[in-house]
Amino acid sequence: MSWLTLFAQVQIHHRASDCESNNGFCPDWIIKNFGDRYVDPFFRHLELVVISVLVGFVIAFALGIVAHRRRWLVGPVVGITGVLYTIPSVAAFLLLVPITGFGLLTAVIALSSYTLLIIFRNVVAGLAAAPAEARDAALGMGLTDSQVLWRVEVPLALPEIFAGVRIATTTTVGLAALAFFANAGGLGGLIFGDLVFKSNVVVAGGLCIVMAFVLDGLLLFAQRLSTPWVRAARA
Amino acid sequence: MRNIAAALAALIAAAGLAACGSSSSSDTSSSKATSSSSSGSTGQVIQSNPANKKVTVTIGSKNFTEEFILGNIYAQALKAAGYNVKTQLNLGSEQIALKALKSGQIDAYPEYTGTALTSFFKVKTTSIPTDPAKAYNQAKADFAQQGLTALPPTPFTDSNAVAVTQATAKKLGVKNISDLKSKASTITLAGTPECRQRQDCLLGLQQVYGLKFKSFTPVDPSLRHEVLQKGQADASIVFTTDGQIKANKEVLLNDDKNIFPPYNITLVVNDKVLQKAGPDFAKTIALVQKGMTTPVLQELNSRVDLDKQKPAAVATEYLKESGYTK
Amino acid sequence: MGPGGTRMIVAAFDFGDAIDFILNGRESVTGGVRIGGSELLPQLWRHLELTGAAVGIACAVALPLALWLGHLRKGQFAVASIANVGRAVPSLALIGFAVAYIGLGFPNALLALTLLAIPPIFVNAYVGIAQVEPDIVDAARGQGMTEPGIVRRVELPLAVPLVFGGIRTSVVNVIATATIAPLIGVVTLGDAIVSPQVYGDAGQLGAAICVALLAIAAEVTLALIQMLVTPKGLKLSSTRRRGFPFMSMRRVEVS
Repeated sequence: MSWLTLFAQVQIHHRASDCESNNGFCPDWIIKNFGDRYVDPFFRHLELVVISVLVGFVIAFALGIVAHRRRWLVGPVVGITGVLYTIPSVAAFLLLVPITGFGLLTAVIALSSYTLLIIFRNVVAGLAAAPAEARDAALGMGLTDSQVLWRVEVPLALPEIFAGVRIATTTTVGLAALAFFANAGGLGGLIFGDLVFKSNVVVAGGLCIVMAFVLDGLLLFAQRLSTPWVRAARA
Repeated sequence: MRNIAAALAALIAAAGLAACGSSSSSDTSSSKATSSSSSGSTGQVIQSNPANKKVTVTIGSKNFTEEFILGNIYAQALKAAGYNVKTQLNLGSEQIALKALKSGQIDAYPEYTGTALTSFFKVKTTSIPTDPAKAYNQAKADFAQQGLTALPPTPFTDSNAVAVTQATAKKLGVKNISDLKSKASTITLAGTPECRQRQDCLLGLQQVYGLKFKSFTPVDPSLRHEVLQKGQADASIVFTTDGQIKANKEVLLNDDKNIFPPYNITLVVNDKVLQKAGPDFAKTIALVQKGMTTPVLQELNSRVDLDKQKPAAVATEYLKESGYTK
Repeated sequence: MGPGGTRMIVAAFDFGDAIDFILNGRESVTGGVRIGGSELLPQLWRHLELTGAAVGIACAVALPLALWLGHLRKGQFAVASIANVGRAVPSLALIGFAVAYIGLGFPNALLALTLLAIPPIFVNAYVGIAQVEPDIVDAARGQGMTEPGIVRRVELPLAVPLVFGGIRTSVVNVIATATIAPLIGVVTLGDAIVSPQVYGDAGQLGAAICVALLAIAAEVTLALIQMLVTPKGLKLSSTRRRGFPFMSMRRVEVS
């Protein structure tokens, strides 16, 4: 055993007053630590958003299709999803925890319930806005009701539906930051972990904005791809 | 003559600056012995026991800096001793951590004696023994009834303290908290939101010391030192192992009426796992705890909170610099 | 009865305990102070104060600008970007931003929350005005109305659902974010959520219930006000785009 370990002690550093200890905005620190600290939570956040919006879309779209033929359903569904939408996310996470515990499930349930109102409303409105002439023409061509729905009304409703999904997605990006209250990770945990460090808040918050713009752009692209007739009509 | 004196002074100043302007960087060579630390530990390298390989232990921690560091230290130390170690750091509050421990999700996590007594065992903060050993023994007995073993505690205690800037301490001429009695009405105090309602915090200051502060501002824990720096509060309630105390040269007022109970760390382990793990477990933990004095913890916390290093890296540094690992 | 059943029973007890916390006071977990019950009232008042002031200022700032720009139908790309950024910025980051760059206390919390409240109000009012049929606006001009007159008597009434939709969204967002205001010096209903050691599980859950109820109450109140303010014509007729009645009471948002 070397004599050095006999006297081994933790070295107390003399700290110069630099960018980090002043909690400033430090580009060097950001570049050095970005991969380590921000990449995993970013993808975890993305995971939360994508899963929640998908789940919300499936449920809201199904409800919308059903309510399209049974108009009396619209009121109650809007009412219930409206209440879910109104409950602040922090409260929603805490209310679910006694029932579903901490973790991904609770976060996804809370986040997807937010998307329900927006998407449902847009699905119903989009389907309702299909011009009667188009439906009549299709029925006249001998299409069944179900074929009219899927081949005429839904495609015509796509812009409105996509608009709803886009709003839901960007909103969920912001809300998922609070998912750490349900112990589900994401960029919010990072922000909360060092609220006073400017570099941290700016990077984590900035990543959320970037994520929202990218997802919104991708959805817009998908919308353009799936509705080529819109561009053709304009041209 | 004057020129030589000036040159000499400049040389001495330069030497002084070079000596202490070292770095806040983390690549310090670990074999440097330093005289500025006050930890009295002698390093003793952890020996890896191959028999431990078949034991898997999951170490957890709560979700703030000190817990991250300690969780990592314990995990890395046990790994060095040959155990198969998994970690689940960042569990959340102590309630979540205890649930995880009882349910078997984790096998051990570091808990504060004071926190255990108030949060788990319904002891009012005014009834916590002021003697750290007594507080530990009480917690240990309570944990034992739940099939958990609280291993011997750390030397350091992370308790509340009233901090002021050096300038404020000079201006008010105070050394003890009770010195504030006549001046409290001109002082704004800051602390965490829950401090407002705890007897080992603001309530104790009001009731036991009779202090009536001008105002109390609740702030996020990461702000407690910033408010002193920015002049947004005259005094702040901080933790004794916070790194900013040394960095900002804060003055901690003496708790002469003992309202701040001791909060030592004890690693709380599942009984069955502890048995299966054998004697090396407790021995390793006791070994690495020897170096955990208050100044050392302040330094480790500084490396994470001020230098913005990762807790796992700081834990590795602690073990290397203290001579527990190579 | 399997684990799901016991989970439900435990949850029922948790909620019962939380309701008890709201209705009656109790001693704090750490001892020495009363929490819950009437102790919640000052926190509720603070919460309402912050929310009312933030939304009020946001309306005063955003509405005139939105009405003017919307009438001119200028700046559409900027508006869309504001909408996106406003939705995507986590409220937590805004609080962190306030903490890091602005400061503590009621005025600074108010500033942060006002910034949060502006995007939905601005964007919805803009779109509400801008999407009024150009024909209608032209007809009004043809009748000799002044530009401000057109905004006030033609576009604004038609935009009421969207304008209110924006205000309602902002109110809920601000109520939600004011929950973590205790971290920057303003003690609102969120105190129990950020101080679990003092309030315990029942307190945390109870506060969550209070915040949820507060948001729902605010939403219902605003919906009623919207119904009172909506011109009769809009209420009775089916709007061309949506195709079913009673749209005035619905929360409408820009798409």
